[in-house]
Amino acid sequence: METVKLVHVDYAVMILYVLFVVGIGFALKRYMKSSSDFLTSANSIPAWITGLAFISANLGALELVGMAASGAKYGMMTCHFYWIGAILAMTFLAVFMMPFYYGSKARSVPEYLNMRFDGRVRCLNSISFAVMTVFASGISMNALAKLLNQLLGWNYHLSLWICSAVVLLYVLKGGLTSAIYTEVLQFFMIVLGFAPVVYLALKDVGGWSALKEKLSHVATNPAAIGVGDKPFEPNAWTGAWSPMLQGASSNPMGVDIFAMVFGLGFVLAFGYWCTNFLVVQRAMAAKDMSAARRTPLIGAIPKMFIPILVILPGMIAAGLAYDTYKSGKDGYRLPPKAIEAVVYEKAVPAVKAAAVLVATDEAAAVKAVAAAVGMKMLPKQTVDLVKAAPTLSDDKIKAGIQNAVAEINYDGVIVSLVSKYCPMGLLGLALTALLASFMSGMAGNVTAFNTIWTYDIYQAYLAKKRSDEHYMWMGRAATVAGILVSIGCAYFASQWSNAMDIIQLVFGFVNAPLFATFLLGMFWKRITATAAFYGLLIGTLTSGLFHACTLAIGNTAGVKGGYLYLVYDKFPSDMAQNFWLASFAFTVCLVFTIVISLATRQTKTDEDLKGLVYSLTPKIQTEHEAWYLRPSILAIILLAVCVVLNIIFW
Amino acid sequence: MGLDLRVPIGMMFGMIGILLVVIGVVTKPDAKTLGVNINLWWGLVLIAFAVFMLLTARHAAAKAKAAAAKKE
Repeated sequence: METVKLVHVDYAVMILYVLFVVGIGFALKRYMKSSSDFLTSANSIPAWITGLAFISANLGALELVGMAASGAKYGMMTCHFYWIGAILAMTFLAVFMMPFYYGSKARSVPEYLNMRFDGRVRCLNSISFAVMTVFASGISMNALAKLLNQLLGWNYHLSLWICSAVVLLYVLKGGLTSAIYTEVLQFFMIVLGFAPVVYLALKDVGGWSALKEKLSHVATNPAAIGVGDKPFEPNAWTGAWSPMLQGASSNPMGVDIFAMVFGLGFVLAFGYWCTNFLVVQRAMAAKDMSAARRTPLIGAIPKMFIPILVILPGMIAAGLAYDTYKSGKDGYRLPPKAIEAVVYEKAVPAVKAAAVLVATDEAAAVKAVAAAVGMKMLPKQTVDLVKAAPTLSDDKIKAGIQNAVAEINYDGVIVSLVSKYCPMGLLGLALTALLASFMSGMAGNVTAFNTIWTYDIYQAYLAKKRSDEHYMWMGRAATVAGILVSIGCAYFASQWSNAMDIIQLVFGFVNAPLFATFLLGMFWKRITATAAFYGLLIGTLTSGLFHACTLAIGNTAGVKGGYLYLVYDKFPSDMAQNFWLASFAFTVCLVFTIVISLATRQTKTDEDLKGLVYSLTPKIQTEHEAWYLRPSILAIILLAVCVVLNIIFW
Repeated sequence: MGLDLRVPIGMMFGMIGILLVVIGVVTKPDAKTLGVNINLWWGLVLIAFAVFMLLTARHAAAKAKAAAAKKE
């Protein structure tokens, strides 16, 4: 990765940001009087703040980096992670589910499960969630420290510990409130930090219609910029729906309409937005029921337009790379994969040795260099390098090898644009936005972790009926422990990236069936606790089994699946496999939960379930409120706007 | 919560905005930013955003004060 040089003004922006987040933590300290102030914000926050924090908690740095990567790789279809994959679920949460979460006075999602079902379901959900959050924050902190190391040359350990210390400081002082406040700060930081970069990049590429034209050439010839070998119809990178009409093989994502709408849009999106405590916690912190229900709706407004900031840059990068290809000169390329330092020891002599070969057989010279590097190499750049090698210093050769790598580091796309367009000052702002999203991602995970640990594990199973001071102390201790474990996970992730992939995979298995349990539990009073527990367990095992028996085309059996006994290996992509896995696990969990419920006796009376199940809960009257405060009206407007967006970018 | 978040948001982006405007004034735009003095312009946008945040915060505080006075 190319390095970026920061100057004093860039550091000034960064330091300002850190001072303000820590300052907010200290300013909130005097309001932290009880464990509920610290862990749940004691239902005190206005809706616009919880709404922005709601989407900001999900807009972590990995999301920023990953969406730009997908924008370059898959184009416009990536927007479905926002439109299909979020808006509908967020409106559903606001209109139908929030009344139970907020109205039941549960302090967390697992606590709701305890009220509706029993301790077994709570235990399953709280432990898997607690483990998941610390791993998630560890993975993201590892990515941050690695990025700072490669991009700015900062020390890995120092970056990791300093960023964690800042997070620890403000979460310890201000609890959930300070995590939520800094998420809002991060939201504005990302919008205001990336907007100028997108503006300059779009101007450079010649505007939206010029970009569309360039991407149509990319679609018919993806090999030109190295994003694939298989040509598609010209609209494959620029249409949201049209590339899916001819089936999974006609778009670069390899997904058909059913997998997209049911798998992503229904199962995965609802599973994430409606049951994940990390985001739901933000809405639960709102000051009243009306504010809690408006939280996801307020979040949905910017959510619809965030693709402009995170996906469009990736698409522009592909367009710019095509310009370079067409001109035949040196220019912007999608960033190549970084070469490890040890590889140079073999690669530099290989380049020098190939100098003899190149005069007679250029292809053989390229092949020799590629073998030494262990990656595909660009023929023209490699030949030029080999020819010039005898007169170059070792450092120049190293730079030349890196430049000639053909394989793309998609995750580097966003940073490559930031460093291409940002002058000093603006560069500081954009990098601070990135830093902010990493740190607030950690804060979000840690505040969800400490609540689950303190209320759903410690208070529920280890130490019942202690004083509130005791739980407050435990909440703070869990914060420190959560951060330390996250740091441990970050080191683990930096050492064993394969192990990390497996862990993330297992969490995917846990999440896939979860929404079936919530959906049935909230809308059908007949569902029993035993059924919920075993249904969830069977659903989770099903996703594991599904993964073990299926494989996407082009993958070898192992972490990607298919290790047990290969039944089906025709999925066009990992993403399609994942969407189908979710659909399958959801359906199995749904069926088993219903069947077991009908076979077991409901132990809870209607009185027990009041406020927890739709049919037994009095409807919330909102007619007296102004129209712009009523969730159902807001939801309809949002969905209408979303439909219009989908039609425009069809 | 007693702390109005609009105040720190306004203060922080106001300070960053001023910083960018100063850089924009003392440096010349080059080919990197396509000849646009992006620091200057974006600094002004940030300052406008900051002023908006601070004004709405002040407005809200005045309203809360009036409501409290009415109660007494």
